[in-house]
Amino acid sequence: MAAETGDQSVEDSGFGRVSRTKDVAFRWLTLAAALVGILSLAVLLAYVTVDAVGWLDWQFLTSGPHPNPFEAGILPALIGSIALMLLIALVTFPLGVGAAIYLEEYASDGPLTTFIQINIANLAGVPSVVYGLLGLGLFVSLIGLGFGTLIVAAFTVALLILPIVIISAQEAIRAVPDSQRQASYGMGATKWQTIRNVVLPRAMPGILTGTILALGRAIGETAPLIMIGAPTTVFGVPNSLLSKVSAMPMQIYTWAQYPEAEFQYGVVAAGVVTLLVVLLSINSVAILIRNHYQHDQ
Amino acid sequence: MSTMDLSHDGNRTARGVFFKYLFTLCALLSILTTVAIVLTLLVDSLDFFAAVSPIDFLFGTRWSPTNDPVAFGVLPLISGTLIITFGAAAIALPIGLLTAIYLSEYASSRRRAYLKPALEVLAGVPTVVYGYFALVYVTPALDAIPFVELSTFNALSASIMVGIMIIPMVSSISEDAMSAVPDSLRQASYGLGATKFTVSTSVVVPAALSGIFSSFILALSRAIGETMVVAIAAGQTPKLIDLTDPAGLFLESVQTMTAAMVQIGTNDVVGQSVAYKSLFAVGLTLFVITFAMNLVSEFIASRYREVYQ
Repeated sequence: MAAETGDQSVEDSGFGRVSRTKDVAFRWLTLAAALVGILSLAVLLAYVTVDAVGWLDWQFLTSGPHPNPFEAGILPALIGSIALMLLIALVTFPLGVGAAIYLEEYASDGPLTTFIQINIANLAGVPSVVYGLLGLGLFVSLIGLGFGTLIVAAFTVALLILPIVIISAQEAIRAVPDSQRQASYGMGATKWQTIRNVVLPRAMPGILTGTILALGRAIGETAPLIMIGAPTTVFGVPNSLLSKVSAMPMQIYTWAQYPEAEFQYGVVAAGVVTLLVVLLSINSVAILIRNHYQHDQ
Repeated sequence: MSTMDLSHDGNRTARGVFFKYLFTLCALLSILTTVAIVLTLLVDSLDFFAAVSPIDFLFGTRWSPTNDPVAFGVLPLISGTLIITFGAAAIALPIGLLTAIYLSEYASSRRRAYLKPALEVLAGVPTVVYGYFALVYVTPALDAIPFVELSTFNALSASIMVGIMIIPMVSSISEDAMSAVPDSLRQASYGLGATKFTVSTSVVVPAALSGIFSSFILALSRAIGETMVVAIAAGQTPKLIDLTDPAGLFLESVQTMTAAMVQIGTNDVVGQSVAYKSLFAVGLTLFVITFAMNLVSEFIASRYREVYQ
């Protein structure tokens, strides 16, 4: 296979001269490319973790924002993020699964279905800042739910991640073998009974995994919150749907703009690590669910 | 969309009908969302264009929504966006493509099982974190290189971080396209005595080209719409591309469309001023650009799917 042909005339075809060196070098080049992003992120994460040491403590987790970096904390933003995430899950899960069931189980292969499908793919690519404008125009100005309130923030980010939830739920439902549906019909079950008793239970692990990963994306979103007028500093924990809400990324954005080195290298680093730890926990839950059901099947 | 639908009784029970329409409503909500986005953007943009002529907006060379004398030319914001997108593309497209080649042609299935999720982590990190990294770690590191005079806010570190963020978009979609290339093509090429390098670059990549292009366009669209990295690290200096000073393009602060929106959003959301309305005009411009790119990417991708299935 590695024989030298020595034939100059076919060199342009790319097959003329077999070069082992080139082959090996290219192999290492592609491997290096695959690692460069992961390694740079690892280095940056190491830096931020080192900077967070000494700042990320119980005091930081249990107090609110403060102009003095040594007294500043993330509690209102942390609780705000968790409250947001729960509300977003409540909105997106039924809507996303419903839409996926329609597209996979009911819709016929017509132009309308194609249109909905392309539309969902496109919505997944709309910049998050534009969703912020949608929230501002629709929920704040038109419906009047108030600037930066919990409910407006939740609805806005829910619309943002809905396409991702629909697409992943569709994949999970599509993965259920057709033979199982036909067996159910053969037993005399109706379409709804088949969906509820056969399709959904089999697809649920995949649906949950996709939804949880989408929620992870949701808690990292900042731009939509800025657009709907979420306040840069919130001192209290949200106690109603109409209270002003902060979120961890919003708080990090605010702190990153403070000129003091204690904020730039200490407080923000602690905030970033807190956000990433929460994100990592959410994603591990998704992975646990997936592994649990993979072993069962 | 199942291949054989044996359920002739979809409408037999009242409950069946109820759920069918309920699910249909859920799916139609996605179309409603698109309509709502277009309407909200249009309504306020029309108000804006009643105060500022579309010509001044599209061709104006100065952007200063709040400081006197106010000007609403979007060109400086578009050039800032182009600079960042170009820088991010220079990082993400080659690295993403090479990564896809590694994953599809070289990596063992075991290694791929570790690398793919690890790469997905890049896309899962919140963008505000990338922005912070760019401002606090990347800029000082680049500034330490001799002869590089970097502003605190600069396009270089912002576009590097955006580039790293969009690598997985390029690599995962390109890899899907490469995996869809039939193995018979590879075998034929090996049969002619080709090495893996030749097979990858002369057979697999050309055969998967439409999928690769589609991933490129999608990644560029993501870079154009990226907000927090540029809002934090690229600064707020709207200016036109000055080709006589190519180094200055990346070393100094620029402002993108998204960063300008964040700036207005944090300063001037209250009230119905022209600056507030300009938010929607810029948003509409951004939406049209990214929507068109996503459609093109979708179109190219759907064409390649037909070839190999």
